[in-house]
Amino acid sequence: MNLAAVALVSLATLLVGFYGLRLSRTTSDFYVASRTVSPLVNASAIGGEYLSAASFLGIAGLVLAGGADLLWLPVGWTGGYLVLLVLVSAPLRRSGAYTLPDFAEARLESMAVRRTASLLVVLIGWLYLLSQLQAAGRVLTGMIGAPGWLGGPLVAAVVIIGVLGGGMRSITLVQAFQYWLKLTALSVPLVFLLAAWRRDGAPGIDDQTWLLPLTGDRQLYSTYSLILVTFLGTMGLPHVLVRFYTNPDGRTARRTTAVVLVLLGVFYLLPAVYGALGKLYASDLVGSSTGADGVVLELPRRLVGGVLGEVLTALLTAGAFAAFLSTSSGLTVSVAGVIGQDLLRGGVRSFRAATVPALGVPLLLALLMPTPLPVATMVGMAFALSASTFCPLLVLGIWWRGLTAAGALVGLLTGGALTGAAVVWTVAAGPGDGWAAVLLAQPGAWTVPLTFLVMVAVSRRTERPAGVARTMVRLHTPERLRLDRGDWRPRRI
Amino acid sequence: MSERRVTVTSPRTGAARRRPSPGTREIDEQTRLGEVYMSALVRSQLRLSLFVCTLLALLVGGLPLLLLLVPPVREARFLGLPLPWLLLAGAVYPVFAGIGWWYVRQAERNERDFAELVERK
Repeated sequence: MNLAAVALVSLATLLVGFYGLRLSRTTSDFYVASRTVSPLVNASAIGGEYLSAASFLGIAGLVLAGGADLLWLPVGWTGGYLVLLVLVSAPLRRSGAYTLPDFAEARLESMAVRRTASLLVVLIGWLYLLSQLQAAGRVLTGMIGAPGWLGGPLVAAVVIIGVLGGGMRSITLVQAFQYWLKLTALSVPLVFLLAAWRRDGAPGIDDQTWLLPLTGDRQLYSTYSLILVTFLGTMGLPHVLVRFYTNPDGRTARRTTAVVLVLLGVFYLLPAVYGALGKLYASDLVGSSTGADGVVLELPRRLVGGVLGEVLTALLTAGAFAAFLSTSSGLTVSVAGVIGQDLLRGGVRSFRAATVPALGVPLLLALLMPTPLPVATMVGMAFALSASTFCPLLVLGIWWRGLTAAGALVGLLTGGALTGAAVVWTVAAGPGDGWAAVLLAQPGAWTVPLTFLVMVAVSRRTERPAGVARTMVRLHTPERLRLDRGDWRPRRI
Repeated sequence: MSERRVTVTSPRTGAARRRPSPGTREIDEQTRLGEVYMSALVRSQLRLSLFVCTLLALLVGGLPLLLLLVPPVREARFLGLPLPWLLLAGAVYPVFAGIGWWYVRQAERNERDFAELVERK
């Protein structure tokens, strides 16, 4: 039954994708759905794209393993959208850029900054894709008995067919569909699980260290670093930003983001309950071969059982697979967009050619890496990298006229290099204790402020871009006013 | 000079068909007054955004300290559930959504005020 669920989700994804194909013909359609998507559809698409395997499976697993301190993770992943809403959404849409490198070029008028931004988009995208493909492998092994290496390639195959078929237009519809699929897949089984829990006499949890926050050493630093990185990292994720260009104008971009906050808030009420039920009925999963990530899929079997249990597991498997597909598709589109535009010649053909390295490199890494890290750890590193590079670039670029190309460039390199080194060190050395290991495992709390400082300090000593006043008009004035907003356009049209 | 400008707004809006008003010309020509208009807009929006960020920092940033330093809050229970769980896994989400909607309304009001200011003859 689980196999059927996976097949059904893949088929539905492809069908919705091909429906979109009939509608997407030009380059502009291909990348940004011609900017004709309504706020609710767009918000559903953002939600569908954003709620990855880390949200669908990872949070419940981490809560089961780590208790109350991990509840901050979904809080940060939602709060990141609030920060994005107030600091970035409308000006970014008004900039007219399609991608983060486009924005860097439009604001700073520098190709060097543009190329650095492109490189960072690709790195963040690959890190995120790697986590999704690895988790896909593990889930498929557990659920349908497939060999571990098969999951990644299977997800990659469905994604590549969908992306090559329709581009962003089809992806927008697919993503919107995926949000509602994921919400249904996680909420319906929960009703049955809670009913079973009540029949069981509604037992409580006694483990106080698990139940109460901040019981460990250095937990306060880790908690604050986690909050900072998730709140500030969301705005720099490439697959999130590309979605904003599908809004017709800055005002709808803002409204879309507000709807996203509601959609994410509804979804994130659920995983913590799975984690708590897991603590009661499946705490043996911590440290087992499936890992705590499997708790969501394991609960129906243990609590409900029988045919109903099987059906619910199939529904959850479908949701998990949808999570892999949606996030991977969005990431592939953004990474391929950047590679196609900045390394190849641009246009639809380059975009298609670029999907191969966009998805192939992380797939290869996923197959070669012997011991996969927990999905939420990998995702956390992508957030840290994004928070210490793109967050300062966007915030200073939008709100401070003084940001210069040199300042942005030195800042991006500093933040990227330091966070990158911390990530590589943590992956290579494994978890340790002591302050040094904690500072390297959660680098955000020091790399983010440092990058801001470097950008401001260097900018103060260098010359501003010539057109910064015009760019500010473009970023901040409502579209209905007839104003000269400069003649910059993204290169590909 | 001003006759050769190209309309960049959507042609469907009424504003696009009207002749440019003095305020917008000041901004286009980057006069001192135009700069004042622009920095007023950017400052009003930035003040609003920073207000929300500060609120968020106090709410979210204060919560770990509150939970660490005030044991009664940490160990309190409400409807049989631990208070930290109710706050972190439930209450924060509607608060985020509420702040978000409030911000959208305020930001749109700032833009309306700005539009009225520069379109005034």
